Amino acid sequence: MLATSMRRNHCGSMWIITEHEYPKFVKIVEVGPRDGLQNEKEIVPTGVKIQLIDMLSATGLSVVEATSFVSSKWVPQMADHTQVLQGIQRAPLTQYPVLTPNMQGFQDAVAAGATEVAVFGSASETFSRQNINCSIDESMLRFQEVINAAKERQIPVRGYVSCALGCPHEGRIEPSKVAEVAKRLYEMGCYEISLGDTIGVGTPGSMFKMLQMVKKDVPIDALAVHCHDTYGQALPNILTALQMGVSVVDSAVAGLGGCPYAPGSTGNVSTEDVLYMLHGMGIQTNVDLNKVIEAGDFICNALGRRTNSKVGQAKSGTL
Amino acid sequence: MRAAGIKASQALPETVKIVEVGPRDGLQNEKVVVPTEAKINLINMLSESGLTVIEATSFVSPKWVPQMGDQVEVMKGIKKKPGVSYPVLTPNLRGFQAAVKAGASEVAIFGAASELFSKKNINCSVEESLQRFDEVMKAAKEAAVPVRGYVSCVVGCPYEGKVAPEKVAHVAKRLYSMGCYEISLGDTIGVGTPGSMTEMLEAVSREVPVSALAVHCHDTYGQALANILVALQMGISVVDSSVAGLGGCPYAQGASGNVATEDVVYMLHGLGIKTGVDLLKLMDAGSFICRALNRKTNSKVAQAACKL
Repeated sequence: MLATSMRRNHCGSMWIITEHEYPKFVKIVEVGPRDGLQNEKEIVPTGVKIQLIDMLSATGLSVVEATSFVSSKWVPQMADHTQVLQGIQRAPLTQYPVLTPNMQGFQDAVAAGATEVAVFGSASETFSRQNINCSIDESMLRFQEVINAAKERQIPVRGYVSCALGCPHEGRIEPSKVAEVAKRLYEMGCYEISLGDTIGVGTPGSMFKMLQMVKKDVPIDALAVHCHDTYGQALPNILTALQMGVSVVDSAVAGLGGCPYAPGSTGNVSTEDVLYMLHGMGIQTNVDLNKVIEAGDFICNALGRRTNSKVGQAKSGTL
Repeated sequence: MRAAGIKASQALPETVKIVEVGPRDGLQNEKVVVPTEAKINLINMLSESGLTVIEATSFVSPKWVPQMGDQVEVMKGIKKKPGVSYPVLTPNLRGFQAAVKAGASEVAIFGAASELFSKKNINCSVEESLQRFDEVMKAAKEAAVPVRGYVSCVVGCPYEGKVAPEKVAHVAKRLYSMGCYEISLGDTIGVGTPGSMTEMLEAVSREVPVSALAVHCHDTYGQALANILVALQMGISVVDSSVAGLGGCPYAQGASGNVATEDVVYMLHGLGIKTGVDLLKLMDAGSFICRALNRKTNSKVAQAACKL
């Protein structure tokens, strides 16, 4: 694969080198049951969550983020984390990571049968303080504890970096800061770092610049993108990431999960729309799009809402 | 899949011209018919946003397209801003003559890359439609009126399914040779992806200079911005879009159609590409027409911006 590089021409517009190979295979990390449902207004019964995850397992998805071991005081939607994790029918080739913000959460997750966990860092100090009540440095210390404990049990840990392309409080985030946090999580022992455009403000321009910086410090095949579609930019941003060698994409069935910073706006990109694009490009995912659409229909019925997926909307309206 | 045909040093265009099709393609495909004054007001607001091309109306028989029944009043009522072009659709010679009489100084004709679509849509074969357009082209040349050519179904047809890139290239080349100064390639049902888009553009750009090509992407399957991005990477610098994403898809009830101008402009500006468009003024025009239509905007940027 050829390297990409960037420089500005004399008029200031961007050069993007596009002679590249797209990945032959992209791994989809399905975050609907966790990130999606966590950010929906309606709280869904445990049985429905379990059924959703089971339907998603049957689509061929190899990673389905099942729940979050956060205090139910903060995230009531995830209060049934133990029942969910114990209730799902695990597909043999599928991983079911769960969020574990601290040692307490980690221990509860392990007791409930978790075999993969995730920790959530931020590239923005203000976001870190507002969201998890501590600085980035303090959060890293907490995560180190979790990662050490996970290592002892040979439990893989995925690292998330939020606000990778912008922060609701700080605005612009320097790519070097994203790289710094990503590098720390990677060196601490996370096997994969998911770079999140938390408020969906990124464009192919800022995605390019950010990845250019981060891949200097973290190998490209350990990077994932977690794009929000709040400004409609998720698919071109994902396309840009693919052109730069990223081959892991986070998405949520039916585009579950609005944006808490722009109420009424969308959040997560829809898995269906991502799959449609990837398959149209000849990129393999091993995921059955029609089965994902069915899972999306199921959860939208349960939530009493319309799907956020354009593919879902088009398929249901096709004459 | 390799992103073929791109040299390592090729830049994205510095400037992209947006062709705003909301008042015509958008409103033509909305269920609610909007009063003439609202159309005029919309076009005037769009004129103030920095757009340089605003497709104003369509000189099709109101029997077929009642939403465009007030074509003459609209054309005569708008405040034409210097430096802005207001093309109108003219499917035949009669429409062309009526358009010129009403003050049009640029027109557009619509071909299809799919035989079935041509038959179902305008009741004749692709070849017959091109012959019809010959009359319009001749009259336009005499009147020194520039003509823009549209090719629909460039990456898929609601009746035929997959459309051969060579067929698209053939129709595009015909329109270009007939005298159209620009050819807009339309993904009519929004089924295209960066895969099919690249394949189609490679075929077409072998026959028509890239500088004379535009893309008209529908967002029915959410692929429009990704498709526009690959088109830019292949040297295309003209993009059609519709304020507020007006205009649903007549082939998939309730699904979206045109890509929203606000979302396109947001992406282009984020890439450092100049458009001359003031996004805030554009969003104002979008809010206005959505109120007039009593509907929510299809633009994600507009949805997000008014909530923050």
